[in-house]
Amino acid sequence: MINRRSFLKGTLAGAAVAAASPHVIGQAKPRVVVIGGGSGGATAARYLAKDSKGELDVVLIEPTRTYYTCFFSNLYIGGFRDFQSIGHTYGKLASDFGVTVVHDWATGIDMNYKTVSLASGTKMTYDRLVVAPGIDFKYDTVPGYTAASSGKMPHAWKGGSQTQLLRAQVENMRQGGTFMMVAPPNPYRCPPGPYERVSMVAHVLKQSNPTAKIIVLDPKEKFSKQGLFQDGWNRYYDGMVEWIPASFYGGIKNIDADNMTIDVEGETFKPDVANIIPGQQAGTIAVAAGLTNDKGFCPIVPATMQSQVDENVYVLGDATIAGDMPKSGFSANSQAKVAAMAIRGDLTGSRVFKPKFSNTCWSLIATDDGVKVGASYEATDEKIAKTTGFISQVGEDADLRKQTYEESIGWYNGIVSDMFG
Amino acid sequence: MKPAVSVVASIALCVSMASQAGDVERGAQLFSQCQSCHAIGEGAEHKVGPHLNELFGRQAGSIEGFGYSEGLTTAGVNGLLWDAEHLDAYIENPVSLVTGTSMMFAGVSDATDREDLISFLRAYSANPRDIPESLPTMAPQDPDVDPSILALQGDPEYGEYLSSECKTCHLADGADRGIPSIVGWPEKQFVIVMHAYKNKTRPHNVMQMMAAALSDEDIAALAAYFKDK
Ligand SMILES: Cc1cc2nc3c(=O)[nH]c(=O)nc-3n(C[C@H](O)[C@H](O)[C@H](O)COP(=O)(O)OP(=O)(O)OC[C@H]3O[C@@H](n4cnc5c(N)ncnc54)[C@H](O)[C@@H]3O)c2cc1C
Ligand code: HEC
Ligand code: HEC
Repeated sequence: MINRRSFLKGTLAGAAVAAASPHVIGQAKPRVVVIGGGSGGATAARYLAKDSKGELDVVLIEPTRTYYTCFFSNLYIGGFRDFQSIGHTYGKLASDFGVTVVHDWATGIDMNYKTVSLASGTKMTYDRLVVAPGIDFKYDTVPGYTAASSGKMPHAWKGGSQTQLLRAQVENMRQGGTFMMVAPPNPYRCPPGPYERVSMVAHVLKQSNPTAKIIVLDPKEKFSKQGLFQDGWNRYYDGMVEWIPASFYGGIKNIDADNMTIDVEGETFKPDVANIIPGQQAGTIAVAAGLTNDKGFCPIVPATMQSQVDENVYVLGDATIAGDMPKSGFSANSQAKVAAMAIRGDLTGSRVFKPKFSNTCWSLIATDDGVKVGASYEATDEKIAKTTGFISQVGEDADLRKQTYEESIGWYNGIVSDMFG
Repeated sequence: MKPAVSVVASIALCVSMASQAGDVERGAQLFSQCQSCHAIGEGAEHKVGPHLNELFGRQAGSIEGFGYSEGLTTAGVNGLLWDAEHLDAYIENPVSLVTGTSMMFAGVSDATDREDLISFLRAYSANPRDIPESLPTMAPQDPDVDPSILALQGDPEYGEYLSSECKTCHLADGADRGIPSIVGWPEKQFVIVMHAYKNKTRPHNVMQMMAAALSDEDIAALAAYFKDK
C-alpha cells in the first residue's frame, strides 16, 4: 500500500505534467476534473477521491480559497452566526482524500479534445468533467441594475463579501429607515431564501431599529413556505414587513444605484438599504461551453446527472434543470453522490446502484422558531421526480420549532463535513 | 383471579368494556413488574418513573414536574402520543421506540401480556371509549418487525452507497452535533428503528420520509454497513 503522503505527492506531480501538456499519453489513472468547489463540486470531488481509493486522479478547480456558504448566511445577517463559522477551506480534500485542488478560474471547455482552459493559461485534460459553477445573474431582469450596482445595492445571493456588505448596511441603517428587497423571479437558488432573509433582517431591526420598515417587491404572486413565513411575520414583526407582488406594483421600471432609487409604475422608492436579487441562470462557464438550454440552465440525464449535450460531462447543483428538486445546497450535495457513483462505475467498473435523491430546506423565522420542507426523489426517464415529502405546519408547538432549528444546526455540521471532510 | 393492585376494584365500571379487549385483571397482576418504578390510580405520585394516570391520548414525556430523559421529551415534541399501538411498542422494547429513554426496563416480550397490561393502563384514562384504537379489533398487529425482515442479510457495499444520503445530516464519524449518531449500532436494533420510522410508529417527519424511500433490503444493507463503522 502506498501511504497517504506519497500518494498525494504522486497525484500532484501527475497533475502538473498533464496540465502543462494536454496531449500527454499514457496518463496513469483516469482523470476527473471538477469545476467549482461548492455544494455540488466539493461533494463530488470528495466522494470520487474517497471511494475510488486512489484509482482516479481527481482535480478540483475553484478560484476562492475559502468557500463561504450561502446556507446560514441569512443567520449571519440575523446575528445567529459569526462570519468565520460559515467559511470553509479545501485543505482536507487535499490532505485526507488526495484531491488536487487548483485555485483558478476555468475559462473554457473543449468537449472535442476533452480539455479545460484555466485563467492562468494552462490547459488540463480530462476523462470525465464535472461542471458545478452555481449561478450567475440575468441582470436584464431588473432594468438599470448591473454587476457594478451590487457595491451599493448588494444582491448577497453569492456567499462572502456581499453578505458582509448587506449585514453592515442593515446594522447602520438610519432609525426609522426602509429596507427594500427586490425578490428574484423563478427559478432561483434557495426558494425560501429571500423570505428567510426578510425574517432575519426583521429580527435585527426589531431590536435595534424598531420603527424601520421592510418592503419586498416580488415578481412572483406566491412563494415558498408563504403561509409559514407570513404567520411568523405577523407573530414576531407585526406591521414591519410589507410584501407586494408584481400584480400590485406593476414591475420594476428602473433601478439607479448611485441615487438609491427604485422606480415602479407611477412611483419612485428611495430606500435606505436595497437588496436586489436578479433573475438567475447557470454559472457563466456552463453557458459559454454550450451546456445550457434557451432558459439558461443545463438539461441533464436524471439517473446520472450527465449533460444531455455531452456524455463525458456531468452537471450538478444550481446550474441544472433538476426536475422537481429545488436549487439548494442539499440538492446539489445529493446529486453529487449520484454522479460520483456513475462516474466511478464508468471509469473503474465499480458497482452502480439505483440513484436516490433527497432534499430538506430549513428556514429560521425568529429566535428558536425554525421551519422545514423536504422531499425525496427518484430518476424517471424524463426528470428527477418527487416521491414523498413533508412541510412544517402553521401553529406548531414552540418546542417543535425550537427542535427544528436545532436540527438545522446539526444538518449544517453534517453537510459541511460531507463536502469538505 | 385476585387483582394484585387494590385500585382495580374501583374501576369495575370499565370491566365490561375491558373484557372485550385484554384481560384487565391479568394486566393488574402483570403491572407488578412496573410497580417498583410506577404508581397508578388515585393519588399516585411519581417514583423512579412518572405516575401513569391519564396516559391515553397524552403526549409522551409531558407531565409537568417529572424529570424525563431528553429522548422521551423529544419524541413527545415530535408527536409521539400514547395510544395502544405506541404503548405496545414502548413496553415491548423501550429503547427501540425511544432511543435514549431512561426507562431501564428490558421490556415485555409476550404480546398477550402487553395487551393485558395496556387494557389495565387504559382503565386509568378518562375516556377510553373515545380512543378508537383501544378496541381490540382495531389494535395493530404485532408491531414486531417480521422475522423474515430481521433475517435479511444486508449488502454492506450497497449500504455504503445508500449511507451517503444519510451523511448529509448524520456525521460519518459518529459524533452527535445536533443530529444523533447512527454509527456502530447493533444491526437488529438499527433495522427495528428504521422500520419504526417507515411504518410511522416512531414520529419525525424527516426520518419518516427517508425511511419511506427505503426497501427492506435497503434497510438491511444500511444496518450491515453502519454496524462496522
Ligand atoms: C441566502 C441563501 C440562503 C440559502 N440557504 C440554503 C439552505 O438553508 N439550505 C440549502 O440547502 N441551500 C441553501 N441555499 C442554496 C445553496 O447555497 C445553493 O443551492 C448551493 O450552494 C448550490 O451549490 P452549487 O454547487 O450548485 O453552487 P455553489 O455552491 O455556488 O458553488 C459554485 C462554485 O463554483 C465556483 N465557480 C464558479 N464559476 C467557476 C469557474 N468558471 N471556474 C471555477 N470555479 C467556478 C464558485 O466560486 C463556487 O465556489 C441558500 C442560498 C442563498 C443565496
Ligand atoms: C426501572 C424502573 C422502571 C420500570 C420497571 C418501568 N418503568 Fe416505565 N418508566 C420509567 C422511567 C424512568 C420513565 C421515564 C422515561 C424517560 O423519561 O425517558 C418511564 C416512563 C414510562 C412511560 C411513559 C410515561 C410518560 O409520561 O410519557 C410509560 C407509559 C411507562 N413507563 C410504562 C411502564 C410499564 C407499563 C412498565 C411495566 C411493564 C414500566 N414502565 C416499567 C421507569 C420504569
Ligand atoms: C435531513 C437530515 C437527515 C437525513 C438525511 C437522515 N437523517 Fe436520520 N435522523 C435525523 C434526525 C433529525 C433524527 C432524530 C429524529 C428523532 O428524534 O427521532 C434522526 C434519527 C435517526 C435514527 C435514530 C437515531 C436514534 O438515536 O434514535 C436513525 C437510526 C437514523 N436517523 C438513520 C438514518 C439513515 C439510515 C439515514 C439515511 C438513509 C438517515 N437517517 C438520514 C436526520 C436525518
